[in-house]
Amino acid sequence: MTRGSRFRNFAIGSPMLWIAVFVVVPYLIVVLFSFLTRDPEGIVKWTLTLENYREIFSPVFLRVCRNSFVLALGTTALTLLLAYPFAYILTRIDENIRRFLLVLMIIPFWTSSLIRTYALIILFKANGLLNTFLLSTGLISEPLSILYTETAVFIGLVYTLLPFMILPLYASLLKLDRRLMEAARDLGATSRHVFFHIVLPLTLPGIIAGSTMVFLPALGLFYIPDLLGGARSMLIGNFIKNQFLTTSHWPLGSAASVVLTLLMVVLLVWFFISTRRAHSGDMETVR
Amino acid sequence: MKKIFQSAYLAFIFLFLYIPIIVLVVYSFNTSRFSTNWQGFTLDWYRVLFTDGPLMEAFANSLIIALSSSTIATVLGTLGAFAFYRYRFLGRQVMYSFVYVLMMSPDIVMGISLLMFFITIGLSVGATTLLLAHVTFCLPFVIVTVYARISGFDRHIIDVAKDLGASELQMFRHIMLPMLMPAIIAGWLLSFTLSLDDVIVSFFTTGPSFEILPLKIYSMVRLGIKPEINALSAVMFLVSLLTVTIAHFFFAKENK
Repeated sequence: MTRGSRFRNFAIGSPMLWIAVFVVVPYLIVVLFSFLTRDPEGIVKWTLTLENYREIFSPVFLRVCRNSFVLALGTTALTLLLAYPFAYILTRIDENIRRFLLVLMIIPFWTSSLIRTYALIILFKANGLLNTFLLSTGLISEPLSILYTETAVFIGLVYTLLPFMILPLYASLLKLDRRLMEAARDLGATSRHVFFHIVLPLTLPGIIAGSTMVFLPALGLFYIPDLLGGARSMLIGNFIKNQFLTTSHWPLGSAASVVLTLLMVVLLVWFFISTRRAHSGDMETVR
Repeated sequence: MKKIFQSAYLAFIFLFLYIPIIVLVVYSFNTSRFSTNWQGFTLDWYRVLFTDGPLMEAFANSLIIALSSSTIATVLGTLGAFAFYRYRFLGRQVMYSFVYVLMMSPDIVMGISLLMFFITIGLSVGATTLLLAHVTFCLPFVIVTVYARISGFDRHIIDVAKDLGASELQMFRHIMLPMLMPAIIAGWLLSFTLSLDDVIVSFFTTGPSFEILPLKIYSMVRLGIKPEINALSAVMFLVSLLTVTIAHFFFAKENK
């Protein structure tokens, strides 16, 4: 064996083996467990069943899921609405200022979301800064009770995930060819036309990438409702976590994880198809 | 008019992102323990923080895990990116799509899948399992970061090196590594922050025998607000700030 081929085997072997052992095998275990049963004591038995999936798609459970889906969709919609104009304006300003603002933008993206969630508690609590401010301006006469409500969880998710929407949108808007917009305008298109027929379709990959990066975590970030929403479990993430830590129903928790993963695969495939359609072959996001 | 509106909108979003963090940092210097009012400047909470034994131990543990997992992930990820670029091998396409799936997959799914894996093979959760888990979730980010740079290279560079008699290892060591260095550093920094900030995967893959900072903060915050946590959060925010600044320095040098 030559030295070169030994290095080749090492370069291929070590990372691929790692992925196989710590990614592929654990995922297969999850899939396997999702088809197993457990007895009332919580011990998993080797009896194959579809019962876990039936339970997930049962009306009772779907009602639990619906809350999480509505929250995640709402978060995705609001972050998109807030982030799109922001990213658009950012791409159109002076290079030097933009460079600085981009760093300013990336800092929260790299800051622990746990700490950012904690910061919201300080703002929201009854004698917190938000209430003190609103009371002193006379906008409200009674302190608002935001903390430990669904509103707090919603704001928490939007606040935590907003940078994840801005960065893919920014990357995709930056690649947009300005000349296409100028050409359309020269040919008599209105601003609205230019936006809906040129800007929006060409930045669709960015929109989908951002939405995926917001929507999926919004289903799973269990510590946000834990900290901002009191004890109630609201997200699919809380549900899965509880199956493993409180009720110890591993097969049901595994089935929920499989469904969540499939959802992600669907979103990823959608992203790749739309990227190919938009004729920009890479999946680069600014990190 | 339009310009003013645009600037106002940018300011609004930046305020939304920064006000909570700024408030947190300011309050970490407030004398009052419970009140929202400003009662005077103090460094007491930092003193409390740095003399809190278990908290400092958790911080040290977090640093050890972040340093070692990002280093291992960077070595493996750089090799992986090179392998994907240079070699054709069985399962290459499948593995490459797994990298993306891994990067996008919800943290909670990775957390529980690793937990079940460790229990299945009879490894009890602690420092070792945490390290393995952190390397695993950092790995795809390194691969993608390094691959993004390597795929922009001129393939002829490799051919020239090979024609001049370099072995694969020599070519990797003396040509690829120096050229990839900015991406490798970026990947390492990214892994370092990801590891330092992770809550969800760590939640499932470590036990009481090995506590790390984010989990410690999580359990402290659940019990209520303490000024020490403000101070701790301010310190962690400073660490993120420094990392971004260092990373930006590397990227800026790269772009010139």
